[in-house]
This record gives sequence, C-alpha cells and structure tokens, in this order.
Amino acid sequence: MQQLVNTALGGITLGMVFAAFALALVMIWRSTRIVNFAQAAMAMVTTMLALSLIERGWSYWAAFLAALATGFVLGAVIERTLVRRVEGGPELNAVILTLGLFIVLTAGAEIVFGSDYRSFPVPFSLSGTEIGGTTYALTGFDIFTVVAVLVTMGLLLALFQFTDIGLRMRAAAHQQEVARLLGVKVGRMLTLGWALAAVVGSLSGLLIGGGSLVHPHYMESVVVFGFVAAVLGGLDSPAGAVVGGLLLGVTLSFVSGYVGSGLVALAALVVLVVVLMVRPGGLFSATTARRV
Amino acid sequence: MAGVPQRLRTTWREVPLARHLVLAAIGLVLVAFTLPAVGDFRATQLTELAYIALAAAGLTVLTGLNGQLSLGHGALMAVGAYTTALLLDERDAGPPLVLVVLAAVAATLAVGVVVGVAAARLHGPYLAGATLAMAVAVPGIAVHFRDQLGGEQGLRTYTPEIPGWAADAAYYLTGSDPSRSTYVAFLAWATLLLGLVLLANLARSRTGRRWAAVRDDEVAAELAGIHLGRARVSAFAVSAAAAGAAGAMLAIADRNVAPGAFNLNLSMTLVAVVVLGGLGSLTGAIIGAAVLTLLVSFGPGLGRSLGLDDLASEQVAPLVAGLVTVAVILLAPRGLAGIAQGRLAARRARRAYTSAPSSDGGSPPSSSTPAGSGSAGTSTAVSTPTGKGTP
Repeated sequence: MQQLVNTALGGITLGMVFAAFALALVMIWRSTRIVNFAQAAMAMVTTMLALSLIERGWSYWAAFLAALATGFVLGAVIERTLVRRVEGGPELNAVILTLGLFIVLTAGAEIVFGSDYRSFPVPFSLSGTEIGGTTYALTGFDIFTVVAVLVTMGLLLALFQFTDIGLRMRAAAHQQEVARLLGVKVGRMLTLGWALAAVVGSLSGLLIGGGSLVHPHYMESVVVFGFVAAVLGGLDSPAGAVVGGLLLGVTLSFVSGYVGSGLVALAALVVLVVVLMVRPGGLFSATTARRV
Repeated sequence: MAGVPQRLRTTWREVPLARHLVLAAIGLVLVAFTLPAVGDFRATQLTELAYIALAAAGLTVLTGLNGQLSLGHGALMAVGAYTTALLLDERDAGPPLVLVVLAAVAATLAVGVVVGVAAARLHGPYLAGATLAMAVAVPGIAVHFRDQLGGEQGLRTYTPEIPGWAADAAYYLTGSDPSRSTYVAFLAWATLLLGLVLLANLARSRTGRRWAAVRDDEVAAELAGIHLGRARVSAFAVSAAAAGAAGAMLAIADRNVAPGAFNLNLSMTLVAVVVLGGLGSLTGAIIGAAVLTLLVSFGPGLGRSLGLDDLASEQVAPLVAGLVTVAVILLAPRGLAGIAQGRLAARRARRAYTSAPSSDGGSPPSSSTPAGSGSAGTSTAVSTPTGKGTP
C-alpha cells in the first residue's frame, strides 16, 4: 500500500515536470508548427549554468532566476537567427535543424561544463513527509515542483488570455497573414513565443535536475517523455499537454516501480504508438481530420 | 561507328545493374589492395567508416527516396548487432559468418516491418518523435533483460577464424598474412559494397520509383495505383535491413555489443551523415560517413591543440558534426551530393549550349528512368549513386 502511494506520488511529481516540458513543446508547435527537439538540450544548458553559478557561491534562487533568464535569451536567439530560416519550409528541414542544435548544445555543454555527474543542491528537504505514522516519499522539493509548475501554468494562462500581448501572440500563431495585416509584428511574437517556451523548458530542467545528479545527458530521455506527453494530449492543446504529462508521469512511475526501470523508455514508446494509432489527434483532440 | 565501345557505353548507361556491379567490383579490388597496406589502426577506422556508411545508405534511401525520417537507425543497428552477438557467443562452434550476417539482416528486417507499419501512418515531426523514442528505448531493453542480453556490460562476440582460402589469397596478393583487423575491414567493406549494389538497384527499379512517387505526391501516387502503406513499409524494411547488416559488422568489429554503443549519438550521427552527404544520395552517404569518421579521428587532436582536456576533446567531433548539420540544412539543404549535382548539371547545360544545338549532346537518355534526369526539382537528385563517373 505504501509503495503504491509512493509510486503514485512520484508519478504525479514527475508528471508535473513532463507537463511543463510538454507545454513548452506545445507553445512552439502552436506558433511555428515545429517540434523543438533541441528543447531538452536548451534546458540542460541553462540547468548546468545554474549549477555552475551555485558552485561559485550564488544562492539557489539567484541561480534559478539566472537560468530562466538565460533560457529566455537562448530561445529568442535560436528562433531569430536559426529557426526563422526554416519556418514554413519542408518539415523535415526544421526537424533536422533542431536535432542538429541538440547535438551542438549537448557536445558544447560537455566541453564547457565537463561530463561529470554533479549533484544539484536545492534549499528544500529531500526526505519524505510523515503523515499519520507512515513516511511517504513526498519531499519538500516535490511540493515545490508541483507548485512551481502550477504557478507557471497560471501565469501563462493569464498572459495568453488576459493581456494584449498574449492576444497578439495568439493571433500571430493562429492566422499569420491576418495578424500581420492588423499590425501585429508576427516575427517578434514568434521570437517571444520561443523565448517563453524556452523559459518553461528551463524550469522543467531545473526541476528534474534539482536534488539529483545532472550531467550533459541527463535530459536525453526527457526529450522523448516530453514529446510523448505532448502528443498524448494532442500537440495543439496546452491543457492536453498538462493532462498528458500527468498521465505519462504516473504510467512511467508504475512501470519503473513494478516492472523495471530499464523499460521506462520502452513503455513511453508503446504509449506513443498506441495513441498515434488509436487517436492520432491526441486524447483531447478537438479538431478532427488532421493527418499525422 | 557503332561497334563494341558504343555498345558498352549504351550498356553502361542503360543497364544500372551492370554499371553498379562493375563499380562494386572495382571498389572491392581497390579495397583488397589498400587494406593490407594501411595498418591495423587505419583498418579499424575504415571498418567503422564502412558500417556507418552502410547504415547511412539505408537511412538515405528511406529519407531521401521515400521521405520518411528515422532517428532510430541506431536502435536498428542494435538489433543486428545483438543478433550477431547471440549467434557468435562461442569461441569456435559458431555458425558460418555469412549465415550470421544473414540472420542479423533477417531479424532487423522483421523489426523494420513492425516499426514500418507504425511509421507508415506518421509523418514529419510525429515520425521523428516516434523513432527518437525507439532510439532511446531499445538500449533499455538490453539493460532490462540482463541474463539474456548482458545488461550494461553487453555481450562478447567471437570472430570466426580467417578462413584458409582467404588467408592464402591475401598472402598471394600482398605477401603477408592478413591481420584480424584487415580481415574484419575487408568483411565490412565487402558487405558495404554488396549492400550499395542492392540499394542502388532497388532505387533504380520499379520499387524505387514507387517510393519516390509516394514521397513526391501521395495523392498522385495513390491514383497511379500505388499502395501507400505497402510502399512505405517496404522502404522502411529495406532501410532497416541495411542498418542490421551494419550492426552485424559493428558487433564483429568491436567484439563486444553493449547498450552504450547505441546511444542517441549514434542515431544522430547517422542523420548528420545523410544530411551532409545529401538526402537520397548513396555516394553522398559514403562521403558523409568518410567526412564524419575523419572528423572523429581528428577531433580529439584538434580539441587538445585548443587546450581542452581529454574528455572535452572527445566532444569536439560531435560538436562539429552538429554544427555541420545545422549549416548544411540552412545553407545547402541538398548536401554535398546536391552541390556536386548542381555543378554537373550547370556544366552540362553550358556544354550543350556551346556545342552545336542540333547534335544530341549530353542530354540525359531517360527513356527508362524518368526520375533520373537530375535538376528537375529539389528531390529528384536521387538515383545516380555514381554520378561523377559517367562521361
């Protein structure tokens, strides 16, 4: 019973992080119709940067904010200088470009930060919570993770629904031509979208890395999990990404706990294939007839 | 005027099988004479080049000719390599090597059909994501089934002894006994050349034209009576078979098959190779593999001369590979083969213009291969794997 609860709790925490990562993918997909396979590597770079700053004596929070800010700049620069040139082109080119970026960032990080496993300290307790005599594997950092992702989602929702700039971003993503005619600077909105997505991606990197070991490859499997979560909810739907992330997190947590941790990625693959075969638009597809 | 040379030239142009076989035979002779002369270290590098090129050739047929991108070819190589390792697990009692390689190819082909059935319904980023998941998932299987597949340490493979006649032939040709590395390198190159002949012919055949038709326009292809799913699955299966053969060679060359060898980097390297060489070009796949293998051998030295430590220097090669991929896709999406083909087409056009306009000149003789007459679009630069050799 205790193991069951622990596995479920672990799954929910993991799922929240996947949800954040999937949300970042969905944001980019909605605005530019590109799946950013470099996102995990971008998040890894900012997390490694944060860790280096902490090792130099910065406080966790200062490094945290610095990582998010770096993510913002990195996302904007990559969109403006590289991705802009393949937007609207053959979809294969965009995929290959982001994969190339993935290789470059990973190898670059190994050169700059080294390839050692380093532990990422967090200012939270990493021991379980005791409720009614039994100890559950819910650490202070887990709670922070869930809260941070929920707050971020709330902020994004507020940005897109209630602000002028959010409206312009939605317009740019939805109908480029019309938005441009109405005076929206579409290019700038796309850059902003990538930048914000990179911030959310960086957040998920910080949350996955926090309290455990990080190295330039620690996000590699998250590329897959984030993508599966996003597809699970339908690449187009932010709410779907969140639900997809949670579902996947819990599923993978149970696979890891009861079957074997080596098969987690395989389970994700199975989930992905089943979803794509049965409901190609994702579990919450509002639109029909979208060729996958 | 007609005579034998003319007929030979016509055969060369119009019978791809003859052309490919002749080129492969020349390649084999070159390899047979080169390998014993280069020493063990270079032979090992050439082996790596051969199996990377073979897997990349499979990938380039899939991506360039059929328009499906696979990031999971590293995982398919793992299937071939593990099959080989399971069959060659005893020191001397193993089955004949040819059968082992065929079994590896068959196993990967079967996996390729299964994956292909799923992949045939996906496109673009969805397919990329699914195959990426495969690349990450497959090494985990080897870790999980520790007892059968050796876990993280992997499996040992034993190379069968060099057969007597091969040793004799090598001695006769070069005056020295072949070393193990030379033998393995020769095996790998022979497999590569055989694979290239098969792939090049397939690309030129009805099957290849079907694949290209599906890539270019699904609706038109369907109207022409092509079964889209069947064409996609067959392309994926053939491509997987090439990766399986490459994996078998890797297993034989490395003498150890471990999940670490089939990480994401391997799959990414294959993508980098085919992008650099030019999607769809078999020649490009070899050149791309050669460039990247050279890079891997020079990378660490370059890194050290820049003042990096050993571990960091190892990463210079993938860094450059990634940069090259990004640069190629932004600046010359058709890769090296595309650049060469563009130059060639321009030269041909110039020559045709300057020579008498009434003569038949160098216009492509395309009665049998409507898709072969280059420069017709972004993606038809596919079916002449030996472009530069033709007069």
